[in-house]
Amino acid sequence: MTQTPMIRMSGVEKAFGSKTVLRGVDLEVAKGESLVIIGGSGTGKSVTLKCVLGIIHPDAGEIEIGGAPATRRNREALLSRFGMLFQGGALFDSMTVWENVAFRMRHGHGRLPRAQAREIAIEKLRRVGLTPETADLFPAELSGGMQKRVGLARAIATNPEIIFFDEPTTGLDPIMAGVINDLIRELVTEMGATAMTITHDMTSVRAIADRVAMIHEGKIRWQGDVEEMDRTDDPYVDQFIHGKAEGPIAAIR
Amino acid sequence: MTILAPIQIFLAAIGRAVLTLCGGTGALVLFALRSVSHVFRPPWYPLEFGRQLMRIGWFSLPVVGLTALFTGGALALQIYTGGGRFNAESVVPSIVAIGMVRELGPVLGGLMVAGRVSASIAAELGTMRVTEQIDALTTLSTNPLKYLVAPRLLAATLAMPVLAFIGDVIGIMGGFAVGVTRLGFNPSTYINTTWTYLTNDDVGSGLIKAAVFGFIIALMGCWQGYNSGRGAQGVGKATTNAVVSASILILAANYILTEALFPA
Repeated sequence: MTQTPMIRMSGVEKAFGSKTVLRGVDLEVAKGESLVIIGGSGTGKSVTLKCVLGIIHPDAGEIEIGGAPATRRNREALLSRFGMLFQGGALFDSMTVWENVAFRMRHGHGRLPRAQAREIAIEKLRRVGLTPETADLFPAELSGGMQKRVGLARAIATNPEIIFFDEPTTGLDPIMAGVINDLIRELVTEMGATAMTITHDMTSVRAIADRVAMIHEGKIRWQGDVEEMDRTDDPYVDQFIHGKAEGPIAAIR
Repeated sequence: MTILAPIQIFLAAIGRAVLTLCGGTGALVLFALRSVSHVFRPPWYPLEFGRQLMRIGWFSLPVVGLTALFTGGALALQIYTGGGRFNAESVVPSIVAIGMVRELGPVLGGLMVAGRVSASIAAELGTMRVTEQIDALTTLSTNPLKYLVAPRLLAATLAMPVLAFIGDVIGIMGGFAVGVTRLGFNPSTYINTTWTYLTNDDVGSGLIKAAVFGFIIALMGCWQGYNSGRGAQGVGKATTNAVVSASILILAANYILTEALFPA
């Protein structure tokens, strides 16, 4: 890898009180690459993501975005390059669908006039397969799959360079999960964005990932291309991707 | 060593409690200072501020008005009885006015608004925390303290004195109504006595108190909601804590402010 990685984490550690979650995460994501982080619940996937986003400050280690270290000072500037799809959508329920999608364009620096922001929002909604009629509904009036699409539209609204997906298919039926997976793959390819996804849905992994990293007990246990995943003899990866109850990963966590 | 062990455990427990208390207080003070600093730094969110002003100020009017009305009436009856014990029934108008304006208007109004507004702020922010909406704000380059907390603090601090003032007027009117209809006061004498004895300091001190109470109400709602625990239970607990802590802080602040404004 000669190019500077888009995201680089080295030795990232984080503990909450006496509970250590990350014990030195080393990870690199190249520009335009789609990395999926897999791992059981409570192994530190979300915390890893939130450390890169700057929502959680790591206790130790370094995080670089596009070659420059991420600090509290340049966090604002970095965040404008990020898009994030939250697990439950995290749509603002006091706002209509289009206001959600256009949030970044309507608040903060370089805000756009209402009509223009609305137009872009409707365009983004169409891109994720929603009709303009949904624009004036409230998130509570939408189904889970539609909320996910709105969340996706909001994440890509300002054409971010890096997009994070937190369990994009959780809570969706298999068909809708398939649709969202395809949509994510398409969008990432089309926008040339770098993507970082956390999931434990193996269908999702195969649909979205260029590369896979498995996290276990706060460390990267294994990483490699998605094709290598099935060939690896790592017992942890094998147990996880085949969903076996028996294996090195304890079933009770 | 065996004799000392229980003492050690006891001391450790006290130490832990003190540390938790100090840590919590420090975190709250930092939260408050940071949020207040956002009130003075752009970008501002006037729409959000206006919405909160409506919600905290306008929609609290019925609650504060009714509280003041009945309190003023009851106060008139009590002072009439009390004053009657040393033939001083004529003090009713002035004591009702001073009592309402200095004490009961701001304090009872504050407590009622604490129940209404602290709870709703805590529930709203708590739900936003639980459903990751607060994290979503951050990822959309919007500081939650600036967007959510600062407008609520400012709106409550500005709305509460206005509410208290309206409460004062309605409370005095309540006393007037009871005084004239039940206690045989002459209407114009009642109003004259009220005007003569009421000073600007009485009213002003009450409004200062109300502003502080407004700040406390919004701060406790925001603080509890912002740091809400997970799930429905977490939000429920945040709501309860917000109302309880706001109420107690209002009563404590009331004593301190009274002591500071009117030293004995």
